[in-house]
Amino acid sequence: MNKTVRVALVALLCIGAAACSKKEVKPQPTAPEPAAQAPQAPVSNGKYTPADLDTDACLRQRVVYFDFDKSEIKPEFQKIIACHAKYLQDRPTSHIRLEGNTDERGTREYNLGLGERRGKAVSSALQAAGGSASQLDVVSYGKEKPVCREHNEDCWSKNRRVEIVYTAQ
Amino acid sequence: MIKPMRKFSSNLAVIVLLLAGWFAGPAAAQSLNVDIVGGVKTATPIVVVPFAQQGGTPLPTDIADVIRNDFNRSGKFRSLARSDIVEFPAQGSDIKFATWRLLKQDYIVVGRIKDSGNGMVQVEYELWDVNKQQSLLHQEMPPAPVGDLRNVAHQIADIIYQKITGVRGAFWTRIAYITSVGLGNHTTYSLVVADSDGYNPQVVARSRESLLTPRWSPDGKKIAYVSFESGNSAIYVQDITTGSRQLVEAHAKGINGSPAWSPDGTKLAVALSYVGNLELYVLDLATHKETRLTHNLAIDTEPVWAPDGNSIYFTSDRSGQAQIYQIPATGGEAQRISFQGQTNLEAAVSYDGKQIAMVQGNGNVYRIAVMDRSLGDQVRFLSPGPLDESPSFAPNASMLLYAATEGAHGVLYAVSADGMVRQRLVLSDGDVREPSWGPYRQQ
Repeated sequence: MNKTVRVALVALLCIGAAACSKKEVKPQPTAPEPAAQAPQAPVSNGKYTPADLDTDACLRQRVVYFDFDKSEIKPEFQKIIACHAKYLQDRPTSHIRLEGNTDERGTREYNLGLGERRGKAVSSALQAAGGSASQLDVVSYGKEKPVCREHNEDCWSKNRRVEIVYTAQ
Repeated sequence: MIKPMRKFSSNLAVIVLLLAGWFAGPAAAQSLNVDIVGGVKTATPIVVVPFAQQGGTPLPTDIADVIRNDFNRSGKFRSLARSDIVEFPAQGSDIKFATWRLLKQDYIVVGRIKDSGNGMVQVEYELWDVNKQQSLLHQEMPPAPVGDLRNVAHQIADIIYQKITGVRGAFWTRIAYITSVGLGNHTTYSLVVADSDGYNPQVVARSRESLLTPRWSPDGKKIAYVSFESGNSAIYVQDITTGSRQLVEAHAKGINGSPAWSPDGTKLAVALSYVGNLELYVLDLATHKETRLTHNLAIDTEPVWAPDGNSIYFTSDRSGQAQIYQIPATGGEAQRISFQGQTNLEAAVSYDGKQIAMVQGNGNVYRIAVMDRSLGDQVRFLSPGPLDESPSFAPNASMLLYAATEGAHGVLYAVSADGMVRQRLVLSDGDVREPSWGPYRQQ
């Protein structure tokens, strides 16, 4: 890893940690469940523990939403990426499955591809922020697992998502 | 077995056939409700007189009724409603042609069923030209078990269809589709095989996780499909008679999707992403050797073979949005073939390679479009949208099946190739989707 990248990563991590320990958490624009609880500072040595997955306001957010037919991660989700990347770094034995999903428009097999591309975008972002590739898996469900079944943009925006699932804490 | 309940009403413009029923037995599936919507003035009028039964117990199948519905679905024929049939000749010599000329019928079908004993019957039928008062067909079908009479009826419909139109009929064929019943973790997915009119549904595979993309082998004996039962996508090939199945693609990493049989049945084109990006491959089923066809960062998926086996149509978003491309089956340069509409996906090809059906998306509306390669790639729409997908041609390309979403339900439509007649196949509970029309059956 070259120096510039390392510096950038450290900077990103700082931003992430700072954002996560802030008192005020901005509600996510499309997230159905905004953080309800005030965030707790990581334990004394500054490292996350499995308990934080249930209590930390940032780590509790495990869904990244996307625009239609897009896989770019929107700026408002960088904070979530940063805190989950920090968790992966703090807990080298932890493991995440990234489940890519799409809305119902377009065909099933094409949407499998699109869901995977979104999962991979989150995987890359987590790696750029300090997570290791060996801690990350991507699976795409395409449009097979919608959380909302109505035929409108409100519903579609909830289905265009990557779910961050911890398979090892 | 519980007999299906039937209600039949008809006029020249709209024919509605409702059918509801549950079929017993371990491998039986929930049957489809069938509606026919629309009608064609240019369709050829034909009367199918109820077949006379000579001896034996009452039969479970009204052969004339099955033939009538086949004809009406095709869009090529408009058969006289049972309630408008006033005379009941059983053979050519009984036909009073003046009656049928008055009713403006071009053709008349009459027939009779003989009891051959041991639960077997023999069907004999005749096709006459009403205006010329000329016999066109007179055939005795081989003896068949009473339970096979629907098959016999579809075979008769095929022969008559060919005699009049010059095109081989495709009524005696089967379709495959996926059903999903229940919600969330209680969903059951089934791969179902049924007659082309939706009757006799049989579950071929069942799973708690998604099943996708059923595709018939060219000999009609096997179905390739994608299952998520292991947690990730994997491609299986299942023998539909024995139920035995083979896992053919299951890379731990990435998508194992979009199986498509080569016309000779020896290979599957597939879409795999274990290399890091979704690419097309051709898998040799005997040697298990994979040949990679595409190399780029786009989504390349939904392959389908041209009938000559030399090239493969597929979906790619390499130009920014999904469009249909064609690539040599051995690899090489891909050429874009769809230029109308914002996006085009999921190609299906007619038996002669002249027509390419696809899903065309404009805004939030996705419809089935057919591109005619023999007419300067002119495109016509077959469905109204807004969420139509999975086009599949009948083996004679006279009709297509596709999936639509109506409210909370997935339904199937069979549509005549001219788009004039559509028939809806609805599951009474849950979704039905991803229809795939099987090949011609062998006697």
